[in-house]
Amino acid sequence: MTKSILICGVGGQGILLSSDILAEVCMNSGYDMKKSEVHGMAQRGGSVISHVRYGEKVHSPLIGEGGADIILSYEKLEALRNLSYIEKNGTVIVNDMAILPIPVASGEVEYPQDVIDKIKKHASNLVVIDGLGIAKSTGNIRTLNVVLLGVLARHIELAYENWLAVIEERVPKKTIEVNKLAFESGYRSK
Amino acid sequence: MKAFLSGDEAVARGAYEAGINVASAYPGTPSTEILEAIAKYPEIYSTWSPNEKTAFDFCSGASFGGARVLVAMKHVGLNVCADSFFSMSYIGATGGFVVVSCDDPEMHSSQNEQDNRHYARAAKVPLLEPSSSQEAKDFVKIAVEISEKFDTPVLLRLTTRISHSKGIVELGDRNEHTPKGYVKDFKKRVILPANARVRHRVVENRLKELKDFSENFEFNKIEDIDTSVGVITSGVSYNYTKEVFPTASILKLAMSYPFPSELCRRFAKRCKKVYVIEENDPFIEENLKIEGIKCTGKEKIPLVGELNPTKVAVSFGLQKAKKKTTFKIPPRPPVLCPGCPHTGVFYTINKLKLVATGDIGCYTLGGLPPLNAMDSCVCMGASIGNAFGLEKALGSEIKDRLVAVIGDSTFFHTGIPPLIDVVYNKGKTTVLILDNRTTAMTGHQEHPGTGKTLMGEKTVALDLVDVCKGIGVKHTYTIDPYDLAETKRVISREVKRNAPSVIISKRECILLSKKKRKPLKVDEETCTGCKLCLRLGCPAISLQEEKAIVDETLCTGCTLCAQVCPKDAIG
Repeated sequence: MTKSILICGVGGQGILLSSDILAEVCMNSGYDMKKSEVHGMAQRGGSVISHVRYGEKVHSPLIGEGGADIILSYEKLEALRNLSYIEKNGTVIVNDMAILPIPVASGEVEYPQDVIDKIKKHASNLVVIDGLGIAKSTGNIRTLNVVLLGVLARHIELAYENWLAVIEERVPKKTIEVNKLAFESGYRSK
Repeated sequence: MKAFLSGDEAVARGAYEAGINVASAYPGTPSTEILEAIAKYPEIYSTWSPNEKTAFDFCSGASFGGARVLVAMKHVGLNVCADSFFSMSYIGATGGFVVVSCDDPEMHSSQNEQDNRHYARAAKVPLLEPSSSQEAKDFVKIAVEISEKFDTPVLLRLTTRISHSKGIVELGDRNEHTPKGYVKDFKKRVILPANARVRHRVVENRLKELKDFSENFEFNKIEDIDTSVGVITSGVSYNYTKEVFPTASILKLAMSYPFPSELCRRFAKRCKKVYVIEENDPFIEENLKIEGIKCTGKEKIPLVGELNPTKVAVSFGLQKAKKKTTFKIPPRPPVLCPGCPHTGVFYTINKLKLVATGDIGCYTLGGLPPLNAMDSCVCMGASIGNAFGLEKALGSEIKDRLVAVIGDSTFFHTGIPPLIDVVYNKGKTTVLILDNRTTAMTGHQEHPGTGKTLMGEKTVALDLVDVCKGIGVKHTYTIDPYDLAETKRVISREVKRNAPSVIISKRECILLSKKKRKPLKVDEETCTGCKLCLRLGCPAISLQEEKAIVDETLCTGCTLCAQVCPKDAIG
C-alpha cells in the first residue's frame, strides 16, 4: 500500500529540507519512494508544496486531489488552500501559525479569521499543533521544522530510530541534541 | 550502490557514467540542477555559458574533436539555440552528443508550455523520454550510444516532474572516453548549400535507420496484462497510467521519435480500445492517427497544464472530479524578498509612472502589485528591443517615460545585441541593468560578471560599464538602489536624455549579502497608518490595527521603508 504525504507551507519555511528528511527515512526503511516539488519562481515567498509517496513500488511522483493520506501544513492558510488533496479519511496536521501573504499585509484583502474551523469542516482527522511554542520550549526556535516532523512521525509507521538517524545526519553538528529534543517533543505532543 | 536522486541529478550521474567529457548550460528552471550536479565530477569539463546557443556551439566544437558532450537547457532555451541544433542535425556527432531539454508543463516557472518533442521531428533527431530518475540516468548512456552509432545529436526530454522528482537510482561506474582527436571533414562540417544538399539525404536515410531501431528498441516496452484497455504513453505520464490503470496493457514509448508505428499497430491490434495518455500536445496521438490507428486521447485528457493521477482518472470517468472548496482564500503570490535590491528601483519606476519593458528573472515580480512596475515581459533579452521598437514607433509621445529593465545575467545572455541595435540605429533608449551580481531566480549561479566559473575557478569579471562603453553607449551611470533619492534623480534625468543611456543599479542579491544590518522598528506613536511604506511590497512590513509593523525576523535593515515614511516613524 502506497502512503502519500503532502507537505505545504510558505517559501522559506524549510519545506524542501523537511521533505528531504522524510524521503530519506522512507528510503532507509527499505521502501521505494518518490518525492516531487518545484523550484524557481515558486520559491520566492509563495505557496510551496512537496509531494512524498512511499510503499512497495511507487509510480506517480505526484499526489492527485483526494489522494493524500496526510497533509502536514507549516502554515494554516496553506492547509486550507490545499485541502482538496486530502483523502476522505486522511489526517490534516496544521501548525497553528499565520504568515500574511502580501495582499493581506498591504491591506487589500483580509486573512480569514476562522481558518482552523474551516479546515475542521472538511477534514475528518485534524491535528492542530502549536509548533512554534514547542520549538521555543526546546530553547531553539529554529527547530520548528523538526518539531513538525516529530508530529508527523507519530502518524506514520516509520521506525523512531530511523528518523533520529537521518536527522542527526542532516542538521548542523552543534544542533544535534536540540533537534533530537525537538523531534521527541513533537512526537510526544498532544 | 543506490542513491536518492532527482531526475536532473540522475542525468548528471548518467553523464558521468557515459564518459561525457564536456558539458555546458545556461541556468533555467527546471534544468539548472543538471550542470550544478555535473560540476561535482572533475572528470567532466563543465561550464555556465552566457546563453544556450553559446553553450550548444561550445559543445558542438568539443564533439568535432571526438569528445562526448552534453548540453542542457529549459524548454525555451532550445529556442535560443535552435539554429545550431538544426545545423548539427545535418553535421552529426563525432563524439556522442546529448541535448537535454527540460520542459515545464503547468509553467511552474516559465512563460509558455511548449512541447519540445516537436523539435525532434522538426530537426530530424531521435528523441528519448525518461519516466523516472533511474531512466533519466540510463537514457543518457543510451543517448550517447545512439548518437555515436547513427552520427546524430540525440534529444533527451525531461519534464518538471521528472527533473524535480527524486527517486532511488542504481549507480554504475564511469565508462571512460578519450576523444579521438580532430580530423578535418569539410563535406560534413561546412554546411555550404552544396554540402548541405548531400547531408540532407544522409539525414533522411538516417531517419529510416533510426525508425527501424525504434521499432525494436528494448525500452519501447509492452506490459501485457488485460487487453480490454491498451494505453500508449511516455515520460511522466507512464507513472500516472500505472496508478490509474494498474491492470491495463501498456505500451511505454521511451523513444517516441522516430515514431515506432508498426510496434504501435501491433499493440493496438490486440487491445479492444486504445487510450493515449500524454501531457500537453497530442504528439503520440497525432502520429497514431496519421497511421490510421484508432485511439482516444486529447478529446478526454486536458491539453493545458500538467497531469496527475486524479486528472487522468477523472478524464476517463473513473473518478468524480472533487469539488473545489468554496472558501475565499487570499492568494500568496511569490514576492521580491525583504531587502531585495530591485524593490527600490521598481518603487521609483512606479512613482515616476514610467512605461517599463521588462525581462526574465526575479525582477519580473516587480510587475505584481503593489509595485506594478512592469509593462511587458516576453522572453530572455527582449526588454531592450521592445523599448527601442516602442520608441521608434511612437517617438516623443513615449520616449521620455520609457525604460527597458533587464537583469545582469539576462543582459549577458541576450541583452547585448539589442543594445548594439539601439546604438547602431540611432536610438535614444534608456536601459536599466539590475545588477545583483548573480543569476538569482534559478538559485544563484555564476555568470560572466561574477568573476567565478561553474567549476569554481577564479576568472575575469566582465564590467558592465566597460561592456556598454565598448558598444558605444556614451552615458552610463551606476546607482545604489538602497538610495531612493539618487535612484529617482538619475532615472528621471536619464529617461529624458536624447541619447542611449544605461543605468546600472548595482547591489548584491540580499540572499548572498554577508553584511548584517539592524532590523528597523516602527514608532507606534509617530506612525499615522498612512500605508505609504506598504507600497514597497516588502514582506517584512504589514498593517496591524491601522499601524505599520516591521517583522524583525524578516527585516534586513535596507532602510527603504524609512526613506519612504513621511513622518520619520521608522528607524
